[in-house]
Amino acid sequence: MSKTKIVDAAAYATPLPLRHRIRGLSDRTIAWIFVAPTLILLLAINIFPLIWTIRLSFTNYRANRPNADVKFIGLRNYERILTDSDIWQTMQATAHFLCWTLFLQVVIGFALAWLINRKFKGNDLWTTIIVLPMMLSPAVVGNFWTFLYQPQIGLFNYLISFLTGVDPSSFTMIGEVRLAPWAIVIVDTWMWTPFVMLICLAGLRSIPDYIYEAAECDRASKWRQFWTITVPMVLPFLMLAVLFRGIENFKMFDLVTLLTGGGPGSTTELTSINLKREAFEKWRTGYASAYAVILFVTIFGLASIYVKALNRVKDR
Amino acid sequence: MARFWPPGEVGERMISFLVELTRMRRGAWEMVASIIIAIGVVMLMQPYILWAYTWSFLVTLIGTVMFIIVSHFPE
Repeated sequence: MSKTKIVDAAAYATPLPLRHRIRGLSDRTIAWIFVAPTLILLLAINIFPLIWTIRLSFTNYRANRPNADVKFIGLRNYERILTDSDIWQTMQATAHFLCWTLFLQVVIGFALAWLINRKFKGNDLWTTIIVLPMMLSPAVVGNFWTFLYQPQIGLFNYLISFLTGVDPSSFTMIGEVRLAPWAIVIVDTWMWTPFVMLICLAGLRSIPDYIYEAAECDRASKWRQFWTITVPMVLPFLMLAVLFRGIENFKMFDLVTLLTGGGPGSTTELTSINLKREAFEKWRTGYASAYAVILFVTIFGLASIYVKALNRVKDR
Repeated sequence: MARFWPPGEVGERMISFLVELTRMRRGAWEMVASIIIAIGVVMLMQPYILWAYTWSFLVTLIGTVMFIIVSHFPE
């Protein structure tokens, strides 16, 4: 049976009133029918929990005491969070982690992309090798870097010892207050630099050769070509990579939990780890909701500025 | 005495920015909102002054709400 006949048969098999009703639907209604499942999911998974979190942030609700009275306490949760020096410290730890990882990933990622973009033998093989860390699970990365950082058997300490001559057992990357913040920066940079590199590589490969040829004709030096052609044309890609990595690192949880668990003390306790402790260890749900709202507004504000800057660079 | 008029490139930009502000144009107001958000985030994450941390959320919130509103202004 041909395709048309099957469709006709199906149409005639449909009860008459329903057939008429479907034929009577406007394009707008059909469009709504198609969009509705996505809208419903979005409302159920994103919008409703957001509104509910905002509501809970004004209460003393505790999820482990569902039968207790829930009191409206106004802005007290916000007041407590914004005057708590421990939370202030986690904000600083997050800022340190965010700034250094973004800086290192952008610099190293761009440099790697620039090198890989040059035609040489084994180019594809090197690209694959460099991209490997990004494909691993954060749980795996966290675990094996814990071994690498071991002072007795860890390769990292031996490498530092080989390069600097210090005793490998004289320092512990994840056990010392001054080194632990750098330990998580190194691991995140190692894991996510390939991501930035790939995006930069896409940007570099999108630059047409004739622009460089025209610059050569105008006797522009390599340095000038780099700053007036390469950097401006890769900038939108680079900014996109920074946006993705910035948002991801702001809510970094798994890698740091497995590596240091927020320690020693609370040196590497990032906001997401602290938030999880407040919500699911201390069970202060209302307080944790206020904390989440503060982080949400911060990320939303930053992302708004960033998207605006990105559009401006793209328009240029 | 130094001449202030004509004001030069920076001055001209400043004047056009102020004119855009008075005419309720999106670009200038988005710039103001962005600066407020940036100040709020710096206040939140700086390690020096506790009162700046305390007021950071309010500043960021004002900037963010302002950004949402002014992004609907005419170009």
